[in-house]
Amino acid sequence: MTTGDSMHRGGSESTRGPSLGRTVSEGILGAHAGVDARAGDIVVCRADLILGTDGSTPMAIQYFEAMGGKAVPDPERVLLARDHYSPPTSPSTRRFHARMESFAAEYGVELLPVGGGISFQVAMETGRVIPGDLVVGADSHTVTCGAMGAFATGIGSADLAAALLTGKVWLKVPESMRVVLDGELPRGVGAKDVALEVVREVGSDGAAYRAIEFVGPAADALPLEERMVLSNMSAEMGAKAGIFPVESDPAAHFADELRVDCSALNPLVALPHQPANGVPVTDVVGTPIDWVFLGTCAGGRAHDFRDALEALDAGGGIAADVTMVVTPPSPRVRAALEADGTLRRLAAHGAVITETGCGPCCGTSDPVPPPDARIISTANRNFRARMGEASAAIHLASPATCAAAATAGRIVDPREVV
Amino acid sequence: MTSEIRGRARRLGERVNTDYIISSSRKKETLDPHVLKRWLLEEVHPDFATSVEPNDILVADEAFGCGSAMEVAVTVVLAAGIKAVVAKSFSRTYFRNAINNGLIPVECDTSDIGEGDLIALRLGEGGVVVLNEATGSKIQARSLPPFTLEILQAGGLVPYMRTHGGYPEEAT
Repeated sequence: MTTGDSMHRGGSESTRGPSLGRTVSEGILGAHAGVDARAGDIVVCRADLILGTDGSTPMAIQYFEAMGGKAVPDPERVLLARDHYSPPTSPSTRRFHARMESFAAEYGVELLPVGGGISFQVAMETGRVIPGDLVVGADSHTVTCGAMGAFATGIGSADLAAALLTGKVWLKVPESMRVVLDGELPRGVGAKDVALEVVREVGSDGAAYRAIEFVGPAADALPLEERMVLSNMSAEMGAKAGIFPVESDPAAHFADELRVDCSALNPLVALPHQPANGVPVTDVVGTPIDWVFLGTCAGGRAHDFRDALEALDAGGGIAADVTMVVTPPSPRVRAALEADGTLRRLAAHGAVITETGCGPCCGTSDPVPPPDARIISTANRNFRARMGEASAAIHLASPATCAAAATAGRIVDPREVV
Repeated sequence: MTSEIRGRARRLGERVNTDYIISSSRKKETLDPHVLKRWLLEEVHPDFATSVEPNDILVADEAFGCGSAMEVAVTVVLAAGIKAVVAKSFSRTYFRNAINNGLIPVECDTSDIGEGDLIALRLGEGGVVVLNEATGSKIQARSLPPFTLEILQAGGLVPYMRTHGGYPEEAT
């Protein structure tokens, strides 16, 4: 079976007219701008939550100062994280952190410590995001918060500076597309596989400038932690937001619709060097792998690491000559994995457990993979040089598929291991 | 008000992501775009950084600037003396980072434009027109929303904020 068999695609018949219906994006952005917002409008919105990372905030501080910033009017709405350089490995990255420390102290905003976790995951875990919120973050994977029914989107450093200065952000109200997840996930197929399938079908810019609303019985059945994977990888389709609506308005205008029959899905592997290069795992069984990475904002929930451990246990541990790196993305996940012994048992298999944060996903924290590494990772991006080593080939897959590959030193069908 | 930008087309392909424009591992050492520009586009065009000249115009296909939202991928292009990028489409984060820094993002069909072609971008009330002086073709680009033009005309979000002290109550 090819994964394409499970897909049906068709545009919505409705045209822009005097429809009373609103997409979730029109509703949330309109409410935060105080206007009747429709797709295509530019609106200035007050954000409920403003996120920054050590990858983006040092530059935002430069912009903030250049804008003449003297105060942050809504400090309680701001959360800054030291997640990309966790820990900092050079004098310059330590300076970035120092700069954030003095900014946070001066303006009274919360700055998470090194090891304090990935900004938006911590925001969700600590109850700072509720349905209907507008979340902006200077991290393209801020879209993850859409799993909560919020409109959450990535912004740049100048946007972050202006948001710190004014509490506001300018946004173009996006058109929306619906992704309808039908059926039920078969055994051995997880949210990451669904996400890779949707990205494959939509393409790496197929949802550009658009918001996605994930609906349908399989979407409804996904727990919040699994919804986060699909919202997270909305960024890999160019989407502005990836929302699991509390309520999707059938009278709203959708620019496009994609249906996925989840019952027909296989585990997927995205081949180098694009997240949209997904193929059924059965097509690439035997591909040599010598470096395995578990973690990140895509594959970083406690159950992901437990799934991986289960596959490692079932497959007899990590194969000789395979390096496995494990990075918990938040203190809460780390604590859960320490409490139930998952981290200790992964370490006993020989996995390298790093400091909490983004880990080696984008080459900002150690360890950097060696030259010509053949990598399989639970991350969301596999661009060339993404992990800081241009000669590495990065495959993306679910935690179970990644761990199964670690046991064999090559890609295997995880359903035959667990 | 009409203005024109003329320069040599520097041709790139599709899906040039921000890590290809400037590797995120490079920004570990500095955020200064005048330092970072020596690694501009090193992954996709190893000779680019040494051959780029002021007023060159980047020309690309679909999804220019996809991937990470990192803003150095815009400032490094400006530091190289490039004032505009013409592409079939942009990632939304690159598009807004470009506007916010005064780099002009022009969205149009670029099939006709080849490496080294002399092109002129005419920015006026009626939108942006791209003239390819090498082939004589004239391409109408997608118009920019008025509010984004205001930010561009101010030179980016920093001068905009310095002038206005904040956002307008309602934008258009």
